[in-house]
Amino acid sequence: MDRYNRHIILSEIGQKGQDKLSNAKVLVVGAGGLGCPVLQYLAAAGVGNIGIIDFDVVEKSNLQRQILFGSSSLGKNKAEAAKMRLLDLNDSISINAYPEKLTYQNALDLFNQYDIIVDGTDNFETRYLINDACILTNKPLVFGAIYKFQGQVSVFNHKNGPSYRCAFPNKPKRNSVPNCSEVGVLGILPGIIGNLQANEVLKIILGIGNLLSGKLLFYDALTNQITTLTVKRNDTEIQKIISIKNDFKKVELNQPCEVQIIDVSIKDIINKKNIQFIDVRELYEQPEVKGLNVTKIPLSVLEDTIGTLNKDKDIAVFCQVGIRSKTAVSILKNHNIQNCYNLKEGVLEINEYLNRIQKQETNG
Amino acid sequence: MQITIKYFGLLSEVTGCKEEVYEFSGGSIAKLIDELYVKHPSLRNKEFQVAQNQELVPLKTELISNEIVLLPPFSGG
Repeated sequence: MDRYNRHIILSEIGQKGQDKLSNAKVLVVGAGGLGCPVLQYLAAAGVGNIGIIDFDVVEKSNLQRQILFGSSSLGKNKAEAAKMRLLDLNDSISINAYPEKLTYQNALDLFNQYDIIVDGTDNFETRYLINDACILTNKPLVFGAIYKFQGQVSVFNHKNGPSYRCAFPNKPKRNSVPNCSEVGVLGILPGIIGNLQANEVLKIILGIGNLLSGKLLFYDALTNQITTLTVKRNDTEIQKIISIKNDFKKVELNQPCEVQIIDVSIKDIINKKNIQFIDVRELYEQPEVKGLNVTKIPLSVLEDTIGTLNKDKDIAVFCQVGIRSKTAVSILKNHNIQNCYNLKEGVLEINEYLNRIQKQETNG
Repeated sequence: MQITIKYFGLLSEVTGCKEEVYEFSGGSIAKLIDELYVKHPSLRNKEFQVAQNQELVPLKTELISNEIVLLPPFSGG
């Protein structure tokens, strides 16, 4: 077959290896920054059965890094849009799109239909769910995760190797680690990390080379530094998951309920009495807000400090640009604090406004 | 002894450096981390693992290397 000629002439792959790829079944969870490059190379390589699960829709701010999508995909479900693009790339493979959320209820049945699971998600709740479901269905997990300019790659749960919980046993508290939409990400970074993931998938299928099983690879795009750390299997962590097998489907994804968030502008509330301003940025973040009485409670510790808030006052939350503050308001509302508002301005705009009215007062 | 400490991910933002040299009187990694908490209080509420000699190790492990890595989990994708 012409399409796979450059694979087949490699002695390490040959027609036999290409047949292995053609018979393989790979599920990619999340068709975002990581999922797109993984899917692109798996489809091009001729992986015969590819599943894509993603509930989200394509937005313009995704196009900077989610390379399967273009203007014509805006507003479409990511799994469906990715399938369309991939079938154009390779119409000889079969692709299943699942336009839904991965949950404790559907994960085991879905994973059982595939040989290898790829994690391209963007939150810890789903990452731990994927890891645990891979343990219970005995599927290898090709893991990737990113932060700004840095990424991590590993192969977990492969032939009795360690799992994600062996590397990171403690699930971080919700919001303690910011995600791409909050802090930004270099567009090419998920491309690099996703390609490393795709490479691990192909090596698992072909049975060639050395895998990142028992290794956690760390990559820094700014310095080109690669650090590979050994991860040992921790049977206690894995046994904990096996012991909850029968109750697995009863677990609910721990995500905050949808609440109505009221956006307000600094100019509308600055003169209100009985209001406390809360800065949910991390303590080291700059600049400071000058000329406003502010309580600093980083988002990462908000849930633990809710008891210290003065419940007789209205609460106005702000952060650097206005995204984390929304999360903070939904956390507060989920804890039954109703009189709280999201400041739609970030710190820079707030400072600009405060400077302006200060000047007006001085001049007037 | 002088220990080189490398901070990955957002830990370098919390501490203000990608790596630093720290004078340590010896003991377990947990003891070293406790001292780092005093130097960098914002590290306290951060989740991370520690690697010594290129291997992730439990905090109770005795420090034997002159370089360690503090590695947080990443969630982005």
